[in-house]
Amino acid sequence: MPAYLDHNATTRVDPRVLEAMLPYLSGPYGNASSLHRFGRAARDAVERARVQVASLVGAQPGEVVWTSGGTESNNLAIKGVAALHPGRVLYGATEHPAVMEAAEALGDQRTVEAVAVDGQGLVDWPAFARQLERGPVALVALMRANNETGVIQDVARAAPMVRAAGARLHVDAVQAAGKMALDFEALGADLMSLSSHKLYGPKGIGALVRRAGIDLWPLHHGGPQEKGLRGGTENVAAIVGFGEAAELAEREWQARAGHVGVLRERLEAALRELPGVVIFGAQVERLPNTVQFALPGYDGEALLMQLDRKGFAVSSGSACASGKGEPSHVLLAMGLSRETARGAIRVSLGVASTAEEVDGFVDALRVLGSAGRGAVAGA
Amino acid sequence: MINLDHAATTPLDPLVRAAMLDWLDDAGGYGNPASDHALGRRARAAVECARAQVATLLAAQPEEIIWTSGATESNNLAIKGALEFRGLERAHLVTTRIEHKAVIDTCRYLETRGVRVSWLDPASDGRIGVEQVLAALRPDTVLVSLMWVNNEIGTVNPIRELAPLLRERGVLLHVDAVQAAGKLPIDLAGVPVDLLSLSAHKFHGPKGVGALFVRKRPRARLAPQMHGGGHEQGMRSGTLATHQIVGMGQAAALAAQRLEVDAPRMKALCARLYAQLGGLPDVWRNGAADGAAPHILNLSFGGIEGESLRARLPGLAVSSGSACSSATREPSYVLRALGREDRLAGASLRFSPGRTTTEAEIDQATREVRAAVELLRGLAPADA
Repeated sequence: MPAYLDHNATTRVDPRVLEAMLPYLSGPYGNASSLHRFGRAARDAVERARVQVASLVGAQPGEVVWTSGGTESNNLAIKGVAALHPGRVLYGATEHPAVMEAAEALGDQRTVEAVAVDGQGLVDWPAFARQLERGPVALVALMRANNETGVIQDVARAAPMVRAAGARLHVDAVQAAGKMALDFEALGADLMSLSSHKLYGPKGIGALVRRAGIDLWPLHHGGPQEKGLRGGTENVAAIVGFGEAAELAEREWQARAGHVGVLRERLEAALRELPGVVIFGAQVERLPNTVQFALPGYDGEALLMQLDRKGFAVSSGSACASGKGEPSHVLLAMGLSRETARGAIRVSLGVASTAEEVDGFVDALRVLGSAGRGAVAGA
Repeated sequence: MINLDHAATTPLDPLVRAAMLDWLDDAGGYGNPASDHALGRRARAAVECARAQVATLLAAQPEEIIWTSGATESNNLAIKGALEFRGLERAHLVTTRIEHKAVIDTCRYLETRGVRVSWLDPASDGRIGVEQVLAALRPDTVLVSLMWVNNEIGTVNPIRELAPLLRERGVLLHVDAVQAAGKLPIDLAGVPVDLLSLSAHKFHGPKGVGALFVRKRPRARLAPQMHGGGHEQGMRSGTLATHQIVGMGQAAALAAQRLEVDAPRMKALCARLYAQLGGLPDVWRNGAADGAAPHILNLSFGGIEGESLRARLPGLAVSSGSACSSATREPSYVLRALGREDRLAGASLRFSPGRTTTEAEIDQATREVRAAVELLRGLAPADA
């Protein structure tokens, strides 16, 4: 089994989560919208999970809307607000493709702008303030923690500015949830995206947290599920799994963060001994499990293939963008050269990660390095 | 509890469950199918295998299958995607008043965006005719959206006859085949449907996953509804849920394999039900019996209230219509579109046996329904 160092792409379902899901994968639990008894059991389970997810992120259960995952949550938030409110849509320059592309898809009549970040990936606050003043804004989308670099954005600082501008604040918290303290209320966000499979829950389920009074236009029409915001038969087993994963994360996130934090320190200490290594966002607060770095002169994609052959599962950045050969938009937005960005490797640790895996990874990098840059560069 | 509500949802087949668990509990099964490492490739291979299984059920090509989170999303993507791609200005679409809510609400939304929609009324037996559809076409018609099998009354629409006629006229055909898959043969190699929606949990697969068939030749073009990452040929972004997709693939393989056994069995069970209940006084079958889907029987019971009837049937899982509208407790819009008065529409039950339903369960169910109907009619004022 390879050393899995790609937990920001996805995580393994926690055995306790699977245990909670099993009853809903076997019994005749029915359609949660049906009125009869099979349906009521499913309905209760769905509502229990809503409480669990709300509790993890400091929201009210009534604010949680189920979706099929982070991408749908981001699309629902951005398109759902834009359909009801005129004004510009602003998104952070390092946002996930699901946010950027959903915003860019809003159409020709809509002004969509990126919010500039500095060399560490943090919002350029004075520029942001000026940007807000340049005319009506419907929505601002800023992620809590970046999926590639792990850089944590001071979203709470943006909230009063966004409110004063009469706009709504959407926070993509897909990577933050379960890895750090996360409080919807305290952030002052209006909308927040979550995904189950990033925190040891099943794939195919996510949530959009929506503050009461924030109107949205649905993305999928049909059926009264989720107060008319999101039609479709509930995926009961996955919802239950997400709920259980959220409850475990609430209980264990600090221990998890401690574990991966120690390993990342070990990894970064070793990486810094490699000549010319650049660690992105190193000067600011980052998720404790994530490090993205580059070895100048190396082609990241080629290096990834070599590492994969040696049994190390890492990525260059977003799994969604993999295979496209384009340098990371996150790193370009941070002002890095295309050449440096092309060498990027992201390591994201998880609960099962070990010191041996970390040491083995660095050894493999060293061997690939000493084989000569020609062996991997420009491949 | 006797479950005669399989048109709402079906239990997972044990083989489907086993296939899914391999991707939930296996130490090597959790990779993101979009990742470019060994674990990612492994998940991707499983996803592609499932795609071929679903394609086989439809006699389609694997690259014509787009994964979604279920039929609601499939229907939204098909209808909004096709109309938005062609442009909403001066666009016309044809659908019926007895489609599933996901289609009706999507078309209503498009009306608010300026699309002209022709809403066809069914005949009193629930049927939509080929000529009726053709008569509704206009020069600016982009799409016809028509369900293959109605989810409440089980009537079958003439998709096979209609599809080539719409192709000749250059009009796209979207078919909501949620209730047809695994119940009727679907041959998309022979029937020129352009877009077709499926839901896994209606044929013993998992909830939360569906598919949209998007024809390649000639190519049906869609504007994506979910952006970000460009998964599924750019038509539907979002991390693929390996276990869900594997489950749908396995369920599709079983449905294809069992169709010839399952369909006649369900048909016989519905016939048995009708033989035992249809003879009661003031009982009406909703929807044409002739050519109906094998798994749905909808009956109205005159002289009693729907709520009281269902309250007297605690051991029986049946639906008064679509599960999706049961929260509203309104008389079924499908039955009203058939011209059933509210009194009868309200006291209607949809029986839908499944793969595991037995004759003994049917007999027990009819005994309970008969007793409840007789009791309620005895309680009711004579001329109510």
